[in-house]
Amino acid sequence: MSVHRSLINKLLIACVAMFAFGFALVPLYDVFCDITGINGKTDKVAAAAPDRIDRGRQITVEFLATHDPAVAVDFAPETARIQLNPGDLQVVSFVVENRTGEPIVTTAVPSVSPGEAARHFMKIECFCFQEQPLAPGERKVMPVQFYVDPELPARFKTMTLSYRLYRSVGQTASR
Amino acid sequence: MRHHSSGSRQARTFLYHPLAAATLLAASLPAGAQEQRFNMTRGATEISQQVFDLHMTIFYICVAIAAIVFGLMFWSIVRHRKSRGVVPAQFHGSMKIELVWTAIPVLILVAMAVPATRTLIAMEDASASELTVLVTGSQWKWHYKYLDYPIEFYSVLATPRAQIANEAEKDPDYLMAVDKPLVLPTGKKVRFLLTADDVIHSWWVPDFAIKKDAVPGFINETWTRVDKPGLYYGKCAELCGRDHGFMPVAVDVKSPEEFEAWTVAQVAAAEQAKAEAATAGPMAMDELMALGQKVYDSACVACHQANGEGLAGVFPGLKGSAIAVGEPAAHIHIVLFGKAGTAMQAFGKQLSAKELAAVITYERNAWGNAKGDMVQPADVAAAIEKGE
Amino acid sequence: MSTQITGTLDAPGHLDHDHKPRGLARWLFSTNHKDIGTLYLLFSLTMLFIGGSLAMVIRAELFQPGLQFVDPHFFNQMTTVHGLVMVFGAVMPAFVGLANWMIPLMIGAPDMALPRVNNWSFWILPCAFTILLSTLFMEGGAPAAGWTFYAPLSTTYSGDSTAFFVLAVHLMGVSSIMGAINVIVTIWNMRAPGMTWMKMPLFVWTWLITAFLLIAVMPVLAGVVTMVLTDKYFGTSFFDAAGGGDPVMFQHIFWFFGHPEVYIMILPAFGIVSSIIPTFARKPLFGYESMVVATASIAFLSFIVWGHHMFTTGMPVVAEIFFMYATMLIAVPTGVKVFNWVATMWRGSMTFEVPMMFSLAFIVLFTIGGFSGLMLAIIPADFQYQDTYFVVAHFHYVLVTGAVFGIIAAVYYWIPKWTGVMYNERLAQVHFWCSLISVNMLFFPMHFVGLAGMPRRIPDYALQFADLNAFMSIGGFLFGLSQLLFVWGVVRCMRGIGERATDQVWEGAQGLEWEVPSPAPYHTFDTPPVVK
Repeated sequence: MSVHRSLINKLLIACVAMFAFGFALVPLYDVFCDITGINGKTDKVAAAAPDRIDRGRQITVEFLATHDPAVAVDFAPETARIQLNPGDLQVVSFVVENRTGEPIVTTAVPSVSPGEAARHFMKIECFCFQEQPLAPGERKVMPVQFYVDPELPARFKTMTLSYRLYRSVGQTASR
Repeated sequence: MRHHSSGSRQARTFLYHPLAAATLLAASLPAGAQEQRFNMTRGATEISQQVFDLHMTIFYICVAIAAIVFGLMFWSIVRHRKSRGVVPAQFHGSMKIELVWTAIPVLILVAMAVPATRTLIAMEDASASELTVLVTGSQWKWHYKYLDYPIEFYSVLATPRAQIANEAEKDPDYLMAVDKPLVLPTGKKVRFLLTADDVIHSWWVPDFAIKKDAVPGFINETWTRVDKPGLYYGKCAELCGRDHGFMPVAVDVKSPEEFEAWTVAQVAAAEQAKAEAATAGPMAMDELMALGQKVYDSACVACHQANGEGLAGVFPGLKGSAIAVGEPAAHIHIVLFGKAGTAMQAFGKQLSAKELAAVITYERNAWGNAKGDMVQPADVAAAIEKGE
Repeated sequence: MSTQITGTLDAPGHLDHDHKPRGLARWLFSTNHKDIGTLYLLFSLTMLFIGGSLAMVIRAELFQPGLQFVDPHFFNQMTTVHGLVMVFGAVMPAFVGLANWMIPLMIGAPDMALPRVNNWSFWILPCAFTILLSTLFMEGGAPAAGWTFYAPLSTTYSGDSTAFFVLAVHLMGVSSIMGAINVIVTIWNMRAPGMTWMKMPLFVWTWLITAFLLIAVMPVLAGVVTMVLTDKYFGTSFFDAAGGGDPVMFQHIFWFFGHPEVYIMILPAFGIVSSIIPTFARKPLFGYESMVVATASIAFLSFIVWGHHMFTTGMPVVAEIFFMYATMLIAVPTGVKVFNWVATMWRGSMTFEVPMMFSLAFIVLFTIGGFSGLMLAIIPADFQYQDTYFVVAHFHYVLVTGAVFGIIAAVYYWIPKWTGVMYNERLAQVHFWCSLISVNMLFFPMHFVGLAGMPRRIPDYALQFADLNAFMSIGGFLFGLSQLLFVWGVVRCMRGIGERATDQVWEGAQGLEWEVPSPAPYHTFDTPPVVK
C-alpha cells in the first residue's frame, strides 16, 4: 500500500484540481466571452471615453428591447436605429413601464450582435450596470451612453444592441 | 407542394447520388421523388447550394478512402487466410509507409478545410441586410417580429390533434404546417435575430441551410437571400421539452410586390382587430364555450391534456384546481402573464381578448368545473390594460 | 488482515490458491480482481438490456407516424435515460470489468493495486443506477432533458427527478474515478519485472490513457451537475441569464467533459481490437509505437475540440474555425490506427473465429462512424446535420458497432480463459451475423432520414420519413433479440457447458494472460513472472 501512497495522493489532488477547474471555467468563460464575443456580451463596467472619431465610415446601430413575458412591463427603445461614426459618443434611451401593479426590481441583460463586434461596443453609462427598481405604474426613461470603438474591423457595418428585461433573481427566487 | 423538386432536377440529383438512387430503387417507392427522403436538400439559396456541394464533396472523398482501405482489407481477408496455406510474414512496422499515411490525410484535410472555411465566412456575414426579423422561440411555438414593419405574430403547429392521435387521416403536410407562416420577399438579404423566452430552441430551415440556436437572454444572428418563391418548411432542432417535435417552422417566400401587399394587409387587419376588440359586446355562454374548446385544443391541451387532468408531477391539472375554480382575476392573470420558471407561459400577446375570454370561461366550466361564471373579452381587455 | 481473523477463528477460509469464499459474501465483499471484473461485466450486461429496453420503447413509438404508445414527455424520459444508462451503465462498466480481469493478467500482477477501493467502486454503481432508474417510477418521471441535460431545460424547467439524477451522476463519477485511480496505480507500480512501458499490450496502454482522461474530466462533470443542482434548488444563476449567467456556458463545461468522455468509451476498444487482430492474423501488430502515439494524440486532441458540439449556438467565426480544424485533425491519428490494423492483416495467415469477425466488423463500421464524424466537422454542412438523425447515426456507429462490438469481441476472445470453456462457435457465428445485419438495418438508414431533415429526440415525424423509420424499428427489434443469443452463449460458458479450453486457447495468441491455466485460477502471478 505504501508504495502506492504518493501516486494515489497525486491522482487525488488531480481530481480535486479538476473539480475546482470545472468551477474555474465560470470566470474563465467570461474572459473567453470577452475576447471572442460569445453571445455578444458587453462589459459590465463603464468603458473609458473615446480618444478619437473615425470620420471615414458610418456604422448603423439598431436597438432592440425584449422582456420576460412573465413580467408585465412595456419595454422599448425610443429610437429604432441610428447611424454614427466610430468614436462618436451617443446617448439613446430605453423606456420601461411597470404594469404589474406592484413594485418590482428589474435587471436588463445586454447582448450585441454580431457577437464578435461586442467588445467594440463601448458603454460609458448604462442602466444595465445596476438593477432598476420600478414603482407600480412607474414609467422610466433609461439612457445608455455609448460609442463604437474606432478599432472595429471594417467588415462590421451593422450592430444590434439588445436588452432583455428580467425580474431580478432575488425577487424571483421565491417563485 | 415542394417547389424545388421539379422532375428533371430531381432526376439529375439522383444521377449524382448513386447510393441514394440505388436505395430508392431497392425500396421502389416512387412517391419519394416528391420529397427529400435520402439526402440533404440543395435548398433554395446560393449558400444552401454551396453547403450541399461541400457535403457531397466530403462524402465522395470518404467513399474513395473507404473503397481503398476496405478494398485492401478485403483483399487481405480473401488472399491471406490460413486455409490457403499462407505462411504469415513477420514485418511489424515501416517508418516510411507510416509517414506517408499520416501525411496524405493531412493534405486531404487541408483541401477540405479551404472551401469549408470560405463558405462558413460567407454564412456568418449578415451585414448589409435589407430586412430584419426577430425570431423568438418559446415552448412550443415561434414568434416573428418584423423590425421594419409594425407586424408581429405567433406561428404554431396547424396539424389537428386528432391526426397526431391517429384519429383522423394525416395530411401530406403532417407536422409541417403552421397557422401563420413567416413571410419573406424574394431576392432580398434578410437578417434574422434569434432569441428565446424560456429554454434553448433552434430555428432550422433546411432549404436555407440555416440552423441557429435561440438562446434565452441572448441574441444570435444569421441571414438568407431566397430567390425562388415558395413555401419552405423547417423544424425546431434543439430538445426543448415535451412538444419539441411539434413546433415546425414554415416560411412563405413571395415576390417583393406580393410581400409589400401582404404587409399592408397585415397592418390593416391588426388595426381592424383592435377596433373590433374595443367595441366587442359580451358573448353568450355557448359561444364562449365553443370558441374556448377550440382554443384549448390548440394552445393548452399539450400540457393540461384533453381531460384537464394534466400530467402528474409535470403539468398541473385544471380539473378542480384552485385557479380554475377560484377567483377569475387570478385565473385571467396566469393565462395572460404565465408563471415564471414553469412551462406555463404568457398567452396575453398570442391570443386575442375574445379567445382569451373564451378559453378561460371554458376552463372554468369544463370537466365538471361548474363555476357557471363567464369571463368576457372586456374583462380580459381591462386586465391587459391594468397589467394585472 | 483477513488471514489473521480466519486464523484466530480457526476457520478453513484461508485464502490459498483457488480457495474462494462462498455464497453472497464472496461477491459482496470481494477484493479479487477476477470476481470484481465478473461483477462489472454482469452489471454491464444487465444495463445493456435495460438501456436496450428503453430503446425498444423509442423504436416502437417511432415505428409509425402519430403517437401510438407513449406520451411525448415519457418519450423524452426514454431517450434521456437510454443515453445515460448506455453510456454510464453499459459501456463504461464493461470496460472497467475487462480492465479488472485482464490488466493484472496482462502485466503479470497478482491483483489490482487497491483491492478494497475496487470493491467500493463496483458496489457504488448498482446504488447509482437504482437511484437513477427509480425516477422512472416517480411522479413526474425520470429526467427528460436528454443525456446532455442542457440548461435551462434541466434546471428551471425540469422536474424534481433532477436531484436524484444529480446524486446518481455524482455516484457514477466517484465510481469511475476510483476505478481510474486503481488502473493507473496498478499499471504504474505493479508490472512484472521486464514488463517495460513499450512492452505493454495495447489494451493496457489504451486503458492507462483512458484512466487519465477519466481523472481529468469526471470531476468536471461533477462540477457541472453540481451547478445544475444549485441553479435549480439553491438560487444560483450559473446558467440563468436573468441572474447574470449564461445557458451556453453549460454546454461549454458539459462538452469539455463530454468530448473526452467519447474517447473514454472508444480507446479501450481500440486496445481490444489491437490484441485480437494480431492473434488471428498470426502476425505481430503493425506499428506498435505509432499506435501508442496515436492513442495519446487522440486523448490530447479530445480536450480542444469540445466546441464542435456547439456550432449552432452562435459561436464567433474564429472559434468555429479553430474547432473545425482541430476536429478534422483527429482524423489523422484515427486513420493511422485503421491503417495499422489493415497492415497487420496484410500477408498474415488469417482465421475467422468470432472475436476476429467482431473485430473486422468493428474496423469497417467504426470507420464509417469516423467518416460521418469528419463530415460533421465541416461546419457549413454541420449546420444541416446538427441535431438530426445523421448525428444519431454517427454516434451509434462509433458507440454500438464501435465500443459495444469491441466489448463483445473481447468477451468471446477471453471468455475461454475466464471460464475454461470454449464458447459455442456456431452459436456465436449466428449471433455475429444476426447482429451485423440488424445493427445496420437499425442505424444505416438513420443517415438518410437525418440528411433528409428528421430531427433527433422527437416522438413523431413528418410522413416522408415513415417507411425508413418502420424499417429501422424492425432492425432495432432484431438487434435487441440477437443479443439474447449472446447471453445464451455466455451462460453456457459460465455453466461449464462446452469444450474445455486449452491454456493457450488461440493458436496465434501472445501475452502473459495465455500463460496461466484456463480457467485462470483465483490467484495468479503471486510470484511475478519475468518478461524477457
